[in-house]
Amino acid sequence: MNRTPYPLVIFHWLFGAFMLAPLLMVVLVSFTDKGYVSMPFDGASWRWYEAILEAPDFIDAFWRSLGLAAAAATLATLLAVPAGMAIAWHRFPGRDAALGLLLSPLMVPHVVLGIALLRFLTQIGGASTLWGLTTAHTVIVLPYVLRLVVAAATGFDRSVAQAAQSLGASGWTVFRRIELPLIVPGVVGGWLIAFINSFDELTMSIFVTSASTQTLPVKMYNHIAQTIDPLLASISTVLIVLTLVLMVALDRFYGLDRVLSGKS
Amino acid sequence: MSTTPQIGSPTQAALAEGGRNWLPYWLSAPGMLVMLAFVALPLVLTLSLSLYPFQSAGGVGDQMTWANYADIATDSYFHVIFARTFGMAIVVTLICIVIGVPEAYVLSRLSARWRAVSMVVVLGPLLISVVVRTLGWAVLLGNEGVINKVLMTGGLIDEPIKMMFTFTGVVVALVHVLIPFMVLAVWASLQKLDPATEQAAESLGAGLFTVMRRIVFPQVIPGVLSGGLIVFALSASAFATPAIIGGRRLKVVPTTIYDEFLGNLNWPLGAALAVVLVVIVLGVSLGANWLIERKYKQVFQ
Repeated sequence: MNRTPYPLVIFHWLFGAFMLAPLLMVVLVSFTDKGYVSMPFDGASWRWYEAILEAPDFIDAFWRSLGLAAAAATLATLLAVPAGMAIAWHRFPGRDAALGLLLSPLMVPHVVLGIALLRFLTQIGGASTLWGLTTAHTVIVLPYVLRLVVAAATGFDRSVAQAAQSLGASGWTVFRRIELPLIVPGVVGGWLIAFINSFDELTMSIFVTSASTQTLPVKMYNHIAQTIDPLLASISTVLIVLTLVLMVALDRFYGLDRVLSGKS
Repeated sequence: MSTTPQIGSPTQAALAEGGRNWLPYWLSAPGMLVMLAFVALPLVLTLSLSLYPFQSAGGVGDQMTWANYADIATDSYFHVIFARTFGMAIVVTLICIVIGVPEAYVLSRLSARWRAVSMVVVLGPLLISVVVRTLGWAVLLGNEGVINKVLMTGGLIDEPIKMMFTFTGVVVALVHVLIPFMVLAVWASLQKLDPATEQAAESLGAGLFTVMRRIVFPQVIPGVLSGGLIVFALSASAFATPAIIGGRRLKVVPTTIYDEFLGNLNWPLGAALAVVLVVIVLGVSLGANWLIERKYKQVFQ
């Protein structure tokens, strides 16, 4: 292994600084003792973390987002696992069309999905309801689960399943005892990445939430549009810490680059 | 990685019996029905909505018309917004290529432990809400922001440089938000690269720049192009970053759609803007894909 040349090493550090700078700023600002956005070097405090406890609407939005993300990720997984197995293991007429349709939310800008679903849900009586919001989130996170399930299922050796079958195992036994355990890493990784994407989703949610169903990102966006204060920084810092924990889990379990690019 | 069904797999067995295997259809049907009902149908309805006139009461008329598209095609207000949106997308894409390719290359040369740490730094922000990341840039770029404070304290400038609510500010923040996609795409194609080719070039006396330009870059072009397409499409349809950093005056197509839908309640015009946005983004992606596949056929094999 030859050494990486110096200019590239310096570039790498600068790049890392660029990636971390805005996040670091948010964390620093959250510790200020002033009433406005400023650095904490001439006075640090926990007052903006205490302020979160006195902002029940943000706390409500946090729990709503958490429940929504868990529900959407679970529903998307229930739909994507069978579809992913069909696509990975079978060649059938219409397979490419099925794959294209199931991945289509990745191709459509979220602002466009947002207006399309706002109008559609309004027409069928689902606008500003929780079920409408949950369905919308299920649809946009399904492709993430599907990609990982297909990648996991494509990667494994089908002869194991055939061996079981030839020894007299039923289709259901083969699925439960062999196929499912082998794709579990893909399913869990897919669920996690779907959860994170649903929890963070802003652009589509702005259109399909109402004052009573606001998710945390929507609540934060509406707050930023009015004023930027250190309360947002302390809430953001909590989110950064929680995401870091999930990220480590995801990296241990599946590898960050594989989860994010959806490749096996 | 074998994807073709082997002899004895259910599909083959069923086909051999002359019957049709319905299993894959049953397995994928629930997901497909949900997609048809909540993606395809709403999009078709949006297309149809864009062909009806807006009535002042927030309602929709019942005579089909091209008027919304005629508005977009003739009003210079919209021309400026479209030009800004796609100008921004092109600049962001080019910057992402220029700094994303070398970064992916460095990542591929790091030792396993450093690479794990660097991956978290480079890709981790993808998992953090775009609102949080954009808030960070608002803190950095404001007139009272960190960059201006540091520059003024250091005596480098007398007056704050205006970066919030500017084109440059939005571009910087968008590059930060989208560059992980470029690094990922290039990183994927670098993993197929044989390090022996670089070593051969180095041993024949090629410098770092020559190795990058003549050996590495040509081999990762497919990754650069697919990463570029993702970044282009996502920056042309980005909402949160232009809305927060660009503000009310620096409108792009997605923020304009938002204003028409939730501000002016002119849903038909908003729908028409959405259709034009999708058509341009899809047109560019499909066109570029077609060109790439024609030109780089051998690289993909």
